[in-house]
Amino acid sequence: MTTPVIYMDNNATTRVAPEVLEAMLPFFSERYGNPSSMHSFGGAVGREMREARESLAYLLGCGTDEIVFTSCGTEADNTAIRSALAAQPEKRHIVTTRVEHPAILSLCKFLERSQGYRVTYLGVDSEGRLNMKELEDSLTDDTAIVSIMWANNETGVIFPIPEIAKLARSRGIIMHTDAVQAVGKIPISLKDLDVDMLALSGHKLHAPKGIGALYVRRKLPYRPFLIGGHQEHGRRAGTENTTGIIALGAAARAAKAHIPVENTTVRGLRDKLENALLAAVPDSRLNGHKADRLPNTSNISFKYVEGEAILLLLDQLGIAASSGSACTSGSLEPSHVLRAMGVPFTYAHGSIRFSLSRYTTEADVDFVIKNVPGIIETLRKISPYKQGAPDPLSPLDTKPACGC
Amino acid sequence: MWEYTDKVKEHFLNPKNVGEMKDATAVGEVGSIACGDALKLFLKIEDGVIQDASFQTFGCASAIASSSALTELVKGKSVDEALKISNKDIAAALGGLPKEKMHCSVMGQEALEAAIKTWRGEKVSSMEHSEGEIVCECFGVTDHQILEAVRENDLKTVEDVTYYTKAGGGCAKCHEKIGELIAQARGEAKPVPAPAPKRLTNIQRMRMIEEVLEKEIRPRLQLDGGDIELADIEGMLVSVSLRGRCTNCPSSQATVHGVVETILREKVDPEIQVREV
Repeated sequence: MTTPVIYMDNNATTRVAPEVLEAMLPFFSERYGNPSSMHSFGGAVGREMREARESLAYLLGCGTDEIVFTSCGTEADNTAIRSALAAQPEKRHIVTTRVEHPAILSLCKFLERSQGYRVTYLGVDSEGRLNMKELEDSLTDDTAIVSIMWANNETGVIFPIPEIAKLARSRGIIMHTDAVQAVGKIPISLKDLDVDMLALSGHKLHAPKGIGALYVRRKLPYRPFLIGGHQEHGRRAGTENTTGIIALGAAARAAKAHIPVENTTVRGLRDKLENALLAAVPDSRLNGHKADRLPNTSNISFKYVEGEAILLLLDQLGIAASSGSACTSGSLEPSHVLRAMGVPFTYAHGSIRFSLSRYTTEADVDFVIKNVPGIIETLRKISPYKQGAPDPLSPLDTKPACGC
Repeated sequence: MWEYTDKVKEHFLNPKNVGEMKDATAVGEVGSIACGDALKLFLKIEDGVIQDASFQTFGCASAIASSSALTELVKGKSVDEALKISNKDIAAALGGLPKEKMHCSVMGQEALEAAIKTWRGEKVSSMEHSEGEIVCECFGVTDHQILEAVRENDLKTVEDVTYYTKAGGGCAKCHEKIGELIAQARGEAKPVPAPAPKRLTNIQRMRMIEEVLEKEIRPRLQLDGGDIELADIEGMLVSVSLRGRCTNCPSSQATVHGVVETILREKVDPEIQVREV
């Protein structure tokens, strides 16, 4: 596999920023001390870790004592939900959405099936937005936690977390948000919000894989997931991933500095790409609300063609993107997010997600704009379904598979 | 990312025989846009021989590659020869497919069957499989298709069936039923309890022994160049003599007791004893 020349899959993972790599490298080699040790060799690493914690707290607008480093976003999400449930054993209800990442969705399904919890999965409208009234109606005295993602990984649609957190707080319910896609892309100030817990992942913001963090609001009842040593003040046992933590600190500093760029330059490139493709390719559509969206994400569906085939032809040109098509995942159904939005099957199988970063150039965008229309045309020539022809609707097309 | 063979990549990047055929004499259509892949196969059949083939496919790289390989496989074949092409042949022509993608090769075989059926004037509904009952409602897969896939490809698990037919790949409600079909196709189904044995009269028992010897035991021994003859029946004691190669065969005793007695006990009466004379 050759190195992709044009990387438009930043919601999957990002390149490690050069300044991040530089900051972390010494901790792989000469600075290998354990921060818990009673000698200055280890203690010096502990001091660097404190700085990293400060940088991350600054990015999130919270206190350093409110950050627990984890191994990844999934661990942070699991810790948050399990902690809320363990701290309130009498409460047996969870509220989440149908469009969450598997880190939340699979966990909720597990808790539902094998632990007897009741879970409400909130739906979204055709543009991927939540219905606040439906959320409000779902909350009961039995609700232990509301877990709602800040921004959707597939469509980039942003949920109104400040209002959701306020609502949950007014009902005395713990509110967690999976903010893996939002952190570093949009401004976040937790001290001004009623959010109780927030999960993030390093590799989505130009730190390496293997490091994440959970924000836990001060004084929130908390039960650790990993039990063992005293690390992270007993909130997450296990020797710290010092290298990863230093890297996440550096990435947080860079992200704080670049948030304006994300919302001007990156947004501008994304809009250019999106508008050009929607204009150049007939029978294409945008998935997700146009305005309430991350500045870097564009999810476009091309009717009559299948996503995996598009991706492989893009790959031939060195363009890396992703798809919500069934075939790319090995599952047989298209993305649960697009299905929750009611995207018709004629479009859902042909969805492509382009996700940019501050490293994306205008030349990258122009190259994609130049090549995508031809790829879609090639595949439409092979396809039995055609523009202008009546939709080839079999009875199966009119209902989502399984009625899920 | 899928590990596709070079042949899959070649057939995907440069597919052969793409497009509608205006003068096709047979057309087969399977799949639907909802299922994520669909294939329309066009054949020109003259004097019972497939002179030309083309396709249109909606689907992933392996679906397009399978279709392309299929058209190359059938060209020049007689209809009867073409019907012998299995999904395994299509996968083999591609140097193999990831197991999760085997349903693409099955789709090719089904389109070929459908095309030939329409050519022969048999009724085929384009979107639904007319034979059998729907087991997987998510993907519209019938019990017939599942049984056939299990037998053709020696499938053992529900996961295998999903890879080959898509059945069970959605809501998972049909997994139990698929499990039963696998057992049925593999002959592992729990046998239906036999009705309580009736006591046989002597005459009935003798007739049955003769019949079983003639129809089941002799043909087996004859395969090895031997033979068997019934000498006498006294109650439960059956006397036989061995002929041909069996006579000097050191394992003739074992043959008599191992095969003849077992079969007679199973088919006629568990108390039967066999003696060689």
